[in-house]
Amino acid sequence: MNVVYTDVLVIGGGLAGLRMAIGAKRRGHEVMILSLVPAKRSHSKAAQGGMQASLGNVIKGQGDNEDVHFEDTVRGSDWGADQQVVRMFVNTAPKAVRELAAWGVPWSRVRRGDRDVVINGKKVTITERDEAHGTVAQRDFGGTKKWRTCYVSDGTGHAMLNAVADRAIADAIPVHERTEALALIHDGSRCHGAVVRDLVTGELSAYLAKATAIATGGAGRLYRVTTNAVICEGMGHAIALETGVAALGNMEAVQFHPTGIFPAGILVTEGCRGDGGLLKDADGHRFMPDYEPEKKELASRDVVSRRMEEHIKKGKGAKSRFGDHLWLDITLLGEHHIRHNLREVFEICHHFLGVDPTRDLIAVRPAQHYTMGGVRTNHTGESPSLKGLFAAGEAACWDMHGFNRLGGNSVAETVVAGMIVGEYIADFCDRPGNDADIPTGLVREFLRREQARLDVIVHGSGTEDAGAIKAQMQEIMTGKVGIFRTGRDLEQAVDGLQKLLVRSRSIGLKARAPGANPELVTAYRVQRMLKLALCVAYGALQRTESRGAHYREDFPRRDDATWLRRTLATWKGEADSLPTLGYEPLDITRMELPPGWRGYGAKDYTDHAATAPRQAEVEAAKEKIKDRHELQHALMPYEHLLPERLRGRNERIDDRFAPAEPAAAGDSHEPLFVREGE
Amino acid sequence: MSTPQTPPVTGQKIRLNIVRHNPADPDSVPRMQAFELEQSEGMTLFIALSEIRETLDPSLQFDFVCRAGICGSCGMMINGRPGLACRTLTREVGPEITLAPLPVFKLVGDLSVDTGTWMRAMSERLETWVHMKQAEVDLRRIEERMEPELAEAVYLLDRCIECGCCVAGCGTARMREDFVGAVGLNKIARFRLDPRDTRTDEDYYELIGDDNGVFGCMSLLACHDLCPKDLPLQTQIAFIRRKMVREGLR
Repeated sequence: MNVVYTDVLVIGGGLAGLRMAIGAKRRGHEVMILSLVPAKRSHSKAAQGGMQASLGNVIKGQGDNEDVHFEDTVRGSDWGADQQVVRMFVNTAPKAVRELAAWGVPWSRVRRGDRDVVINGKKVTITERDEAHGTVAQRDFGGTKKWRTCYVSDGTGHAMLNAVADRAIADAIPVHERTEALALIHDGSRCHGAVVRDLVTGELSAYLAKATAIATGGAGRLYRVTTNAVICEGMGHAIALETGVAALGNMEAVQFHPTGIFPAGILVTEGCRGDGGLLKDADGHRFMPDYEPEKKELASRDVVSRRMEEHIKKGKGAKSRFGDHLWLDITLLGEHHIRHNLREVFEICHHFLGVDPTRDLIAVRPAQHYTMGGVRTNHTGESPSLKGLFAAGEAACWDMHGFNRLGGNSVAETVVAGMIVGEYIADFCDRPGNDADIPTGLVREFLRREQARLDVIVHGSGTEDAGAIKAQMQEIMTGKVGIFRTGRDLEQAVDGLQKLLVRSRSIGLKARAPGANPELVTAYRVQRMLKLALCVAYGALQRTESRGAHYREDFPRRDDATWLRRTLATWKGEADSLPTLGYEPLDITRMELPPGWRGYGAKDYTDHAATAPRQAEVEAAKEKIKDRHELQHALMPYEHLLPERLRGRNERIDDRFAPAEPAAAGDSHEPLFVREGE
Repeated sequence: MSTPQTPPVTGQKIRLNIVRHNPADPDSVPRMQAFELEQSEGMTLFIALSEIRETLDPSLQFDFVCRAGICGSCGMMINGRPGLACRTLTREVGPEITLAPLPVFKLVGDLSVDTGTWMRAMSERLETWVHMKQAEVDLRRIEERMEPELAEAVYLLDRCIECGCCVAGCGTARMREDFVGAVGLNKIARFRLDPRDTRTDEDYYELIGDDNGVFGCMSLLACHDLCPKDLPLQTQIAFIRRKMVREGLR
């Protein structure tokens, strides 16, 4: 039996996994990271436009703070988010940017004086303040009241990943590249690690740990058309689901990004529109103001994507041999801006479309982009039903995005959740009761079971083709579980996916050579992906309302009275062909921001009985308490949920701390410092 | 890169000659294998290789991650030249295309090589992280300022995707196993430029002031021509060499 022991096993080498690992390691715990690919190739790399943090350095961000970021995020989520978690997030995001600044991320910086920008299709001159010169700059993004998205040109995720991956090397954290977790080892209540396959030799090992953390990103490859990297197949989601104990939250909440290049689906950043780019139709008409007069191109992604598809349905799409699409026009931003702030966009247009975006329009159509659903955790990042299992980033349902995530909030979540959950993992490992006490019989049984599952595929009598099953699954998801959903389509999708699931149990291989065997990889992954696809489709079928990115044409209203609750999917038995769904209500009486209109999109929704009384309480508190921090605390205390070292207010140009004073009155705890690696 | 008058490409037959070898299989011997495909509109080597694996040979090994030219996974020898397969259009390199794994790096199988172990070793050796000025930074306070032009200049060197093309195209790397390559020298240039890093030229001289560092470079500069991110490797290597010569003479 190949067995490896560690304190903390992190599955996934992207930003969330790396940052959790660094946090736990710095608290004195041994950490190992498993990654399908070298860490710097993780999909975090693909985040282009930036990360939201309410620094308020640029003039168009003046007046920004945690409160504004909080409200934007909750409205963006269509009230599906856990508001306490959102508060934890918005208070930590500025600290994360500043930590990364100290670690070497070359954030784009503010230059004092006049500059020309494009706002609402027009050139405008704005003047940056002297006192902001050299601080981290922000750009505009969808669904935000202020310019809040901190960026490194349009390679933000790339630069962040470089800095954090190199910091992990500085901290001597091993990354076991080309390894894949096939199953979590658990006894029904406690997680003990994972069965891991070496993707070079094909051999299985058991990695045993006090704490196991999933940070495997999204599951975009359930769909045929996606911006996601080819490794984003949701395997972290799947191994959690296959425990039968851990639950996946809100898997039906799937985001479609407005600007995937057509037809390849490769992303061009929301920064294109944030910086002033426009969406146009076949006639060259700018159509978004017709639908969304308030936010236009910069409504939230779910709304813009729906409006685009709606416009195409009206026959206004540009025709091509691959189908209809719309145009993204960034020519008005000028060559200098594109060459400096939208470099990746320039390269992508050049290589994949053969066009020059300084002169030509970019063919775009919405494409699957983000998995809001994930391993359900509490605010510490731990699964409430499987002790010792943690999750962070896109793989988790923490849940700060609810039914729609704002642009710039995901790459922000990776590092913020990494900071917070990393501390909680360290706390977990510090508690004496959590020492590893793992029965070897259990480990042997899990290794045997996983080897047997592989052997059935390699040596069994099955004849089904794994690649074909995968392609059919992706076709069903893109065709019937997309931007516009109906009961009829979803029933057909569930039916089709169930048939594929049954067929996937009889996959046979054409190639049996030893080693990694890519065909075998496709085979065991598609078996798991189908379970996730069923969580998405079946969850969407049951949810008879429209909320955020989940839009039912047959139930177009948001229904708070019935559906202000989170879907929890578990997979009880290996022979099951459907997930078991449960629901977890969101408590309006404790919300800082009770449900209402988002400020864009439909104004039509069914109120919950608790909304009006809570709204009255909130109004009364606002009358009585004028200090924003006191008011926030009175409405929904959250500071106690943050690790002590991450608490404290954030300094801004317009809210300076006294030179040698601690951050906020009453802050008696030890502040968080970034330390040099050993 | 794209030619204005390309003949109709759809339906044209293309032929991919691919180096095959699976080191995990004791029976495997290195060989060439040819695959014929029908070219489709906008076909990249990512699309072509995926199609081969789906329809012709499911055992074919290769590495793609982002398939958008930003992650550096798919470096391979394309008609004898290192490049990123995901953004190479078949019509620009075909109809007869020869693919081989990148040299220098350990072969995983077929077109897949292990650049990760090489890059990690290089990073550990050159300590490719900011060696911070202060032991402690208060995260609640306004960040330290940096000139916007300097931040952009650092980012330009930080755009390296560690694809390995510069190493695969390097004469010195073929001869010296421990040569840090243009990727390593560029990283030194990046951290040297970054005011947050406290290291001095004396420190950098310790790291790259020898034949496995900047003095190993023979100035053939294929790295500069091959870099998929168009990093200014030629000027950076020349600049670093001047600084290191000066340091060595002190």
